[in-house]
Amino acid sequence: MTSLPPATEKALGLVIDLDTCVGCHACVVNCKEWNTGGYGAPLGDLDPYGDEPVGSFLNRIHTFEVSPDDAPASIVHFPKSCLHCADAPCVTVCPTGASYKRSEDGIVLVDESMCIGCGLCAWACPYGAREMDPVENVMKKCTLCVDRIYNENIPKEDREPACVRTCPAGARHFGDFSDPASNVSRLVAERGGMDLMPEMGTAPVNKYLPPRPKTRPDTAAASTSANEPAPEGFLGWLDRALERLG
Amino acid sequence: MHPAVSVIFFTVMSGAGFGLIALIGLGAPLPGGLAAAFLIPALAGGLAIAGLVSSTFHLGHPERAWRALSQWRSSWLSREGVSAIVTLVLFGFYTLLWMVSGERSLLLGVPVAACAVLTVYTTAMIYAQLRTVPRWHTGLTPACYLVFSLTCGFLLAAGLNGLTGGEPGAAGFAFFAILIAWAVKVAWWTRAARAGLASTGSTMETATGLGAIGKVRLLERPHTGENYLTREMVHVIGRKHAAKLRSIALLLGAVLPLVITLAIWFFAASTIWLIPAFVALMAGLFVERWLFFAEAEHAVSLYYGGPGA
Amino acid sequence: MGGDRHDVERSPHVSDEIRKTTCYMCACRCGINVHLRNGPDGRPKVRYIEGNRDHPINRGVLCAKGSAGIMQHYSPARLNKPLLRTGERGSGEFREIEWAEALALATEWLGEVRERDPKKLAFFTGRDQSQSLTGWWAQQFGTPNFAAHGGFCSVNMAAGGIYTFGGAFWEFGSPDWEKTELFMIFGVAEDHDSNPIKMGLGRLKERGIKVIGVNPVRTGYNAVADEWVGITPGTDGLFILALVHELLKAGRIDLDYLIRYTNAPWLVIEDEDSADHGLFARNEAGEPLVFDRHKQECLSSKSSGLKPALKGAVTLPDGRTARPVFELLAKKYLGEDYAPEAVARETGVSAAQTRRLAAEIADAAFEREVVVEQPWTDMKGERHERMVGRPVSFHAMRGISAHSNGFQTCRALHLLQILLGSIDCPGGFRFKPPYPRPIDGQPRPHGGCKPGEPLPGPHLGFLRGPEELLLQEDGVTPQRIDHAFSWDAPMSSHGLMHMVISNAHAGDPYPIDVLFMYMANMSWNSSMNSGGVMEMLSDKDADGNYRIPRIIYSDAYNSEMVAYADLVLPDTTYLERHDCISLLDRPISEPEALADSIRWPVVDPATQGEGRDVRGFQSVLLDLGARLGLPGMIDGNGDPLYADYADYMVNHQRRPGVGPLAGWRGKNGGTHGRGDPNPGQINRYIENGGFFEAHVPEEAQYFKHANRAWSDWAIEMGLQDGAVENVFQLYLEPLRKFQLAAEGHGDRQPPDSHRERIKATFDPLPVWYAPFEGEGLSKDEFPYHAITQRPAAMYHSWGSQNAWLRQIHGSNPLYVPGPICDEAGLKDGDWAWVISHHGRIKVPVRRMEAVNGKTMWTWNAIGKRPGAWALDENAPEAKRGFLLNHLIHELLPPKADGLRWSNSDPITGQAAWFDLRVRIEKAEAEEHPVSLPQFPPQKDGLAEPPSVIAYGEEWEAKQ
Ligand SMILES: Nc1nc2c(c(=O)[nH]1)N[C@H]1C(S)=C(S)[C@@H](COP(=O)(O)OP(=O)(O)OC[C@H]3O[C@@H](n4cnc5c(=O)[nH]c(N)nc54)[C@H](O)[C@@H]3O)O[C@H]1N2
Ligand SMILES: Nc1nc2c(c(=O)[nH]1)N[C@H]1C(S)=C(S)[C@@H](COP(=O)(O)OP(=O)(O)OC[C@H]3O[C@@H](n4cnc5c(=O)[nH]c(N)nc54)[C@H](O)[C@@H]3O)O[C@H]1N2
Ligand code: SF4
Ligand code: SF4
Ligand code: SF4
Ligand code: SF4
Ligand code: SF4
Ligand SMILES: [Mo]
Repeated sequence: MTSLPPATEKALGLVIDLDTCVGCHACVVNCKEWNTGGYGAPLGDLDPYGDEPVGSFLNRIHTFEVSPDDAPASIVHFPKSCLHCADAPCVTVCPTGASYKRSEDGIVLVDESMCIGCGLCAWACPYGAREMDPVENVMKKCTLCVDRIYNENIPKEDREPACVRTCPAGARHFGDFSDPASNVSRLVAERGGMDLMPEMGTAPVNKYLPPRPKTRPDTAAASTSANEPAPEGFLGWLDRALERLG
Repeated sequence: MHPAVSVIFFTVMSGAGFGLIALIGLGAPLPGGLAAAFLIPALAGGLAIAGLVSSTFHLGHPERAWRALSQWRSSWLSREGVSAIVTLVLFGFYTLLWMVSGERSLLLGVPVAACAVLTVYTTAMIYAQLRTVPRWHTGLTPACYLVFSLTCGFLLAAGLNGLTGGEPGAAGFAFFAILIAWAVKVAWWTRAARAGLASTGSTMETATGLGAIGKVRLLERPHTGENYLTREMVHVIGRKHAAKLRSIALLLGAVLPLVITLAIWFFAASTIWLIPAFVALMAGLFVERWLFFAEAEHAVSLYYGGPGA
Repeated sequence: MGGDRHDVERSPHVSDEIRKTTCYMCACRCGINVHLRNGPDGRPKVRYIEGNRDHPINRGVLCAKGSAGIMQHYSPARLNKPLLRTGERGSGEFREIEWAEALALATEWLGEVRERDPKKLAFFTGRDQSQSLTGWWAQQFGTPNFAAHGGFCSVNMAAGGIYTFGGAFWEFGSPDWEKTELFMIFGVAEDHDSNPIKMGLGRLKERGIKVIGVNPVRTGYNAVADEWVGITPGTDGLFILALVHELLKAGRIDLDYLIRYTNAPWLVIEDEDSADHGLFARNEAGEPLVFDRHKQECLSSKSSGLKPALKGAVTLPDGRTARPVFELLAKKYLGEDYAPEAVARETGVSAAQTRRLAAEIADAAFEREVVVEQPWTDMKGERHERMVGRPVSFHAMRGISAHSNGFQTCRALHLLQILLGSIDCPGGFRFKPPYPRPIDGQPRPHGGCKPGEPLPGPHLGFLRGPEELLLQEDGVTPQRIDHAFSWDAPMSSHGLMHMVISNAHAGDPYPIDVLFMYMANMSWNSSMNSGGVMEMLSDKDADGNYRIPRIIYSDAYNSEMVAYADLVLPDTTYLERHDCISLLDRPISEPEALADSIRWPVVDPATQGEGRDVRGFQSVLLDLGARLGLPGMIDGNGDPLYADYADYMVNHQRRPGVGPLAGWRGKNGGTHGRGDPNPGQINRYIENGGFFEAHVPEEAQYFKHANRAWSDWAIEMGLQDGAVENVFQLYLEPLRKFQLAAEGHGDRQPPDSHRERIKATFDPLPVWYAPFEGEGLSKDEFPYHAITQRPAAMYHSWGSQNAWLRQIHGSNPLYVPGPICDEAGLKDGDWAWVISHHGRIKVPVRRMEAVNGKTMWTWNAIGKRPGAWALDENAPEAKRGFLLNHLIHELLPPKADGLRWSNSDPITGQAAWFDLRVRIEKAEAEEHPVSLPQFPPQKDGLAEPPSVIAYGEEWEAKQ
C-alpha cells in the first residue's frame, strides 16, 4: 500500500556530521559493494570501462563551497542518501505499491519485484535519493541496510548500516530518532541537527549536523599568555627559567 | 527535467483522445451512420490508447504495468491508469451501443465524458502534485491540460462533423476555445516565470542547510560523469532557446489554428478545415509539452549546481 | 497498513566464508574481512570486503578504495600471462609466452650482466611493501643501482625526521589522538596513514579539539579543520620559523625537555676558517661537550646530573671558543627576518594569524599539560614519577616535503615540536614501533660493484658526512645511476628513482643494459616530464638499438609502463598472493603496539579467470635469484632455498632469530620478535586475522627516545640489538660537514658548481630558502603555483581501471582561484592553456575560492594514456583528464652557466613536484575540446571489457 503509516514504532535513520565528513567517498563505495550483492537487483553499471560510465549508487558525496561575506570561503563535503522521510512523497506517488514505508521502523523501501520503473518516485523526492538502476530498470534507493541491521548471520556489533560501519571519520551515526535518549537524538539536540529543505514538507528522519564555526584569520587571540615578550628580553627569561630548573 | 518523447507523446495524444471522447460523450454533433459510429470512436480511443501505450515505453518494466492500477487511493499515476481504463471501457460500451442502436446515449455519454475529463485531470495531477517542480505545482497545470484536451477534442469533433456538413458556428466556438486555452497557458507561463525554485523558498542554502554560513556553490559533483539524476532532472534549456520554441508553439498551436477558424468563419467554409487546425494545434502542443518538461526545474538540481548547471 | 505486507528477508545469507587478510588498494594496509561466496560456476567469488574490527590500523573502517577491491580484483585490465614485446616499445604489442620461457629469458639477460658488470642492472621498485626482499635481492645480485620510490615520494619527510629525532610523521609516528589538545596538519591530502588520520580526526572532533589545517587548498582534512591557514606553496618553512620566533620571544618553550633530550646544550666550535668550525666540541672519546653551569666546566654530554648552560661563550680545553647550540638557535630565530610581519608577504599568512596561532600553540602546550600517572626510568637511570605531556601535535606530509626546500622545512617543523617538548610525550607526537630509530641505529649506504659478487651491505642508509658519499675514484662522479649519495644529493637516503630513466638514457654516469622495474608507472604518472620519459624509453642509438637495451617489468595490470617493457611478468592481485608487511620494512604498528601482517591467497588465481596464469612477483624474484645462483637463495647443491615467498617469509633470517615476521616465532610459535623459524607461523597469522600485535609495555609508552623500559623491550623484540642513544639533533652536524667541504675543507671536495648551493642550503639549523624552480624564473612570466592532491577515492593510476571509482573521478579539472579566473576571463567549463618553463597543457577549468590566491591545483594521476587500463580510447580519463606531470621537468630551468640541476631537494634529492610555476591563458573555444597533449593509443591483447556490470546478480536476495 502506498499510503504512509500514520506513525511508526521506531524512526530509524542516520545523523550525518558535516563538521566531520572529509568527503572520502568510503560510505559511497562500501554501500555499493554491500548492496550490489544483497537487497534486490545488483547496483548495475553501464559502459563501465567506456567513455560514459553510469551506475546506480544509493549514497553520493557532493562538495560545496560556502562563502561568508566577511571570511574566506570554506568547503563542505556533503553526503546524501535517502532521508527516510516521515511524509515521504516518493511513497504516496508510487502507482504500484512498490514504494512503501515500514510501520515498524520507518524505513522507506522499494519492493523491486513490483516496481514498474516509472520513475515518478524519483521525481517526487526533492533530495535526489532515488536512482533508476541502468541495468535492471527498477528503482533503487538506500535501504538503511535493512538486510544488515537485523541480520542474524552477522555479528551483533556489525548490525548497522554498511556506510556507518565503514566511515573512517565517524561522520555517520545510526539510531532510533523516536527514542529521545538514543545516540542520534542526543547528537541532534546537542549539535543543532537540521532538516534539508524543510519547506518541502517531507519531514526527513535523517538529520545533518552543521559545521562548527571556523576560526577566522583575523580573530583576536583568546589568551595573552604567549606573545608577551619576557620583561628582560629573551636572555633574561632564559636565566630565570634555568634558575627555576636548578 | 528530461523531456522524454514517450511522455510528451503520451500527454498530447491521450489528451486529444480523451478530449474527443468527452465531446462525443457530451453529444457533440457528429456524422451519423455505422461507419462513423465505428471510425470516430476508434479515432478517439486510438489517440487515447496510442498515448497510453507510448507512456509504457517510459517504463523500466512495462510487463508489470498492470500493477500501476493498484494504488488509486493515493497515487495520481495509479488513478490515471484506473480512470483511463474505466473511461475506455465505458466508452467501449457507449460505442457498441451507438453502433448497434445508431443512437448516442446521453445517459451513458455524460459519465463517459466525466471519466474522460477526470482522466485528463489525473494525468495533469501527476505533474501538478510534485512540490519538487514548482512550475508544475499549481492548479493551472490541470487547467491547462484540461482546456487543451477539450479544445483538441472540440476541433477534432467539429472538424469531423464538417465531413457531413457541420455548422460553421462551430468555427467561432473553436476560435474562442483556442483563445481561452492559450490564455490559460499564458497564465501558466506567466506564473511559471515567477515559479522558480527560489519562489518556493528552496535554494542551495536550504537544500544544504548551510545558508547560515554563507553563499553556497557547488564545487564538485559526486561523480565526474552523468548519473540518472542529472540526466533525468538536471536538464534545463537556455532562455533564448526556450523563447524561440515558445514562439514556435504559439505560431503552430495558436496563430495558425486561429487564422484557420477565422478563415472558416469569414469564408463560411466547411468546418472540415478545423482538421488542419487540429493538426496545427497538436504540433504546437508537442512543442509546448516539450517545453513543459524541458523548462521545469527540479529541486534536485540544487544539489547539482543549481538549475541550469 | 504501511509496508507490512512486503516481506523483507531480514537475515539473508551473506557469505560462505570470511577470510581475513590485508588490503592493498593503497599503502595504508588495513585489515580486511573478505567475504567469499560461490558463484554460479561453484568457484569462490568475492561477495563483500569490510574492515577488520580487530585490526590495529583501521579498527573496522574501510576507505573507498578498499571497498572497491572487488572491482580491482576482477578488473579487465589484469594481466594474465607473461608477455614478450613484438611491436615497437610503447606500442603495446606483445605475444603471450609461458612462464618457463619468461624466466629463462630474464635469467639469461640478468645472468650475463651479473657476470660482466652488475651495475649495468638498474633494479628499481615502486610502492611495493617488500623492499627488504627486493633490496636484499639486489644486494646479493651485486648492483649498486637499487632503490624504491621513496626518493620521489617523501624522502624529505623520512630523512628530515630520522636525522632530527629518529622518527618521522609518515608511517613512523602519529599524533596522540586521545590526549592531544591542539592538532595542526601541514600539507596532507591523504598520506599513507589514510584511515588512521581520518579516524584520528573523527576522534578529535568527538573530543572537541581544535584542528588547524595548513594547506594552500581547503579540501578534505582542511575542509573540516577548525582553522585554515591558506599558505603559499613552498613557504611553510618561513611560517613555522615565524612561529618559532614568537615562541622563543615569549619564552614559551620547554627548557627541561631541551636539556634532557636534545643537543641544545652541546657546544659548537667557533673558529672561523678552521676545518671544524661549526662542528661539535668533543672530548677524546668523541663525545660532544656541554658546559655545566654549576661545575663551570666542560663535560661530556653523556655524563649524568648535568646542569648545562644554554648560552654564553665557553673556552674549550684547547683554548678555542664554543657556544651552546641553543644560543645559536635563539639568535637565529629571534632575528627580525623571522618576525611574523617579515614573512607575511612571502607566506600569504597574516602576522596577526601567525601570532595568534603561536599563542594558541603555547597555551595548549603549557597551560593544558596532560599527565599520565606512570612512573618510568630514563636511559641515564633517572626515575620519573609521572609522564608529563605537552599536548600539541602536528602531522605533515608531501605538501611540505615535495619541495626543493622540503628537507629543511621538515626539520623546521620538528624543531618546533622539540622546542615545545612534544615529541613522544602524552598528547604530542608518538613514535610507532620499531621507531624511534635514530641514525646511530640505521645503516650507512653501500656501493661498490664486483662481477659475480654481492654488495658489501644494504644500498640505502643514512650517511654522516662527505666521507661516506658513494663516488667513483675521482671523488666527483656518482657511483649510482640515480646519482644518489653523490654531490648532487648527498643525503638521498631513498635514492632518486625519478632520475633513473633520464640518466640511463643519457649514459650519465654510464649506460645500463637492463632496467628491471616493479610496480611503478614510470612512463606516466610516476615521472616528471612523462612525454620526455616515453621518448627516452623508446629512443634508439645510431645503430637502431634502444638506448636502454632491455626492460623487464612486473605489473599486475595493463598500465602505461607495460607498453614500454620488453618482458612483462604478470603479478597476482592482492587477494591472490602471499605478502608480508614486515618490521624489517614498513610495518603496520600503531603507537601502543608493534604490529606486522601478511597477505595470503584468499582466492587461488587459477579460479579467478579463464586462462589466468600469474605468479606473485616476490616468488618470481626468489625463483630468478635461485636460477642466477644468488647467495642466500640457493643451498649447497645449488637448489632453490625457498619454494616461494611464503617459504621465505617463514624461514629467512636477517639476523639470527630475526626474520620477516615477528609473531609466533620459535618451533611452536611460543616467542615473539626473536626466535627460530616456525613452520606453522603463517597459519598462526591467518588464525589471528592476518596480523600480529604486541602491546608496548605501559612504562614504555612514552618518551621512547630516552626510556629504559622501551629500550629493553625493543631489544627483547629484536627491534634493535643493543641500547641506541637518541639525542634530538636540533643542530645537524652532518649538514655542517658538507658546508665545510663546500668551503674548501677536507679531501672530498664538491665540484665548484655545487659549492654555493651547498653553503646556502646545508645549514645545520633549519632554514628557509625559496624553492628553486621559482627562483630560476621570472615571477611575471610564471606568477602562479600549480600543485596536485591525492583524491581519497583513487589510488594513483590504478584506480582508473576500477568501474566504481572511475565514476567518482573519471576526469579532473584544474581548480583555479576566482581572482585569477576573472583576470584571465575564465568561467567554469572553459578550457585553458597552462604553461610552465617546460611545456604547455590544455585543460578544463573550474573556479574555486577556498584556495590560496596564487595557487591552482588538480587531482593527481587521473589523466590516462588512451588505450591503457583496458579503458575505451575515448574514456574521459584520456580525453578530459590530464596530468600536471607534462609541465614538470626533471631538470630545473637552465642557469646562466648553462648548467641544469635536477628538480630536487639539494640535500636528499627528493623530487620537487610542488615547486612548479605556471601561467594560465584562456584557450580558443572549440566544439569538442580534448585535453592536450594527447598520445597515440596503446594496444593490449586483453579480452574486450564487459559493457555491463551487474555484480552479484547471482546472489540477489528475495525481498
Ligand atoms: N604530478 C605529480 N606526480 C606525482 C606525484 C604528485 O604528487 N604529483 N606523486 C608521486 C608519488 S609520491 C608517487 S608514490 C608516484 C606514484 O606513482 P606510481 O608509482 O606510478 O604509482 P601507480 O600509478 O600506483 O603505479 C604503480 C604501478 O603498479 C601497478 N600495480 C598495482 N598493483 C600491483 C601489484 O599488485 N603488483 C604489481 N607488480 N604491480 C601492481 C600498477 O598497475 C601501476 O602500473 O607518483 C608520483 N607522481
Ligand atoms: N587515496 C590515496 N591515498 C594515497 C595515495 C593515492 O594516490 N591515493 N598515494 C599514497 C602515496 S604514494 C603518498 S606519497 C601519499 C601522499 O600523501 P599526501 O602527502 O597527503 O599527498 P598529496 O596529495 O601529494 O598531498 C599534498 C598536500 O599538500 C598540499 N600542498 C602542496 N604544496 C604545499 C605547500 O607548500 N605547503 C603546504 N602546507 N601544503 C602544500 C596539497 O594541497 C595537498 O593537500 O599518499 C598515499 N596515499
Ligand atoms: S565515509 Fe564518512 S567521511 Fe567519508 S564521505 Fe562518507 S560520511 Fe564523509
Ligand atoms: S529522501 Fe526522497 S526517497 Fe527518501 S523518503 Fe524522502 S522523499 Fe523518499
Ligand atoms: S519507479 Fe517503481 S517505486 Fe518508483 S514510483 Fe514507479 S513503480 Fe513505484
Ligand atoms: S544505510 Fe545502507 S543502503 Fe543506505 S546509504 Fe548507508 S550503506 Fe547505503
Ligand atoms: S586506506 Fe583504504 S586502500 Fe588503503 S589499505 Fe586501507 S582500506 Fe585499503
Ligand atoms: Mo608516494
